[in-house]
Amino acid sequence: MLVNQFLFLAALLFCIGVYGVIARKNAVLVLMSIELILNAVNLNFVAFALRNGNADGHTFALYIIAIAAAEVGVGLGLVLLIFRNRRTISLDDLSEMKG
Amino acid sequence: MVAQNIGFAIIAIVMVVGALRVVTTTNVVHAALWLVVVLAGAAAQYILLAAEFVAVTQVLVYIGAVMVLFLFGTMLTRSRIGRDSGLNNSYAKLGIPVAVVLFAAMSLALADSFGTEKLPTDGEIVTTQQVSDQIFGPYLLPFWALSFVLLAAVIGAIVLARKD
Repeated sequence: MLVNQFLFLAALLFCIGVYGVIARKNAVLVLMSIELILNAVNLNFVAFALRNGNADGHTFALYIIAIAAAEVGVGLGLVLLIFRNRRTISLDDLSEMKG
Repeated sequence: MVAQNIGFAIIAIVMVVGALRVVTTTNVVHAALWLVVVLAGAAAQYILLAAEFVAVTQVLVYIGAVMVLFLFGTMLTRSRIGRDSGLNNSYAKLGIPVAVVLFAAMSLALADSFGTEKLPTDGEIVTTQQVSDQIFGPYLLPFWALSFVLLAAVIGAIVLARKD
């Protein structure tokens, strides 16, 4: 197995996630795209852990999984609050902070 | 060696197709279910990379907990269960050149840096014991910070979502 095959897969997933963040309007779908990006980073960490033969990559992959769980919890809490106040989760309609 | 590459290719194709469906489907619930495919594929790749503890954690946390959160989020925000044409921005097409250029830049950098370097096949396999030694040894401070972040996130999510 090449190092690059995993890194290319991760890069592809990352770019698909970036496209999702740009293209999507629904807040829940934007959060899903962010999960794609975080998973791509995790794949890189684990691939490099095997390449370098130490456990640092695994440790940080686990930390990222925990951070992603916290992020989704708070993110969906925010989305829920926005929905309750505004009856919409379309990110285009939340433009009050536009100068 | 060959078997590993075939396994990698199959899982990678499934993951990429799933990821593309996540960002293009017109149904929020379908997007969540395609995301399960991608996350399960990532867990399989971790097993291929000899990271069984990370793989099991991925299945437990992502597929078990995060997906349930997403499905509840979809349900509670009353996104249309079913086809919905209003999921994309009007400038959604702009994302395609951005993603393509980003991937081209990353590909050039990766091909330049690693070329055809192979993963070691006879090296030391990282054991779960080593991972725990790392977490509770040199990386204890980030672990504490992480515990605090999780606590704050749980409290914050309850405070935000509570009806009062």
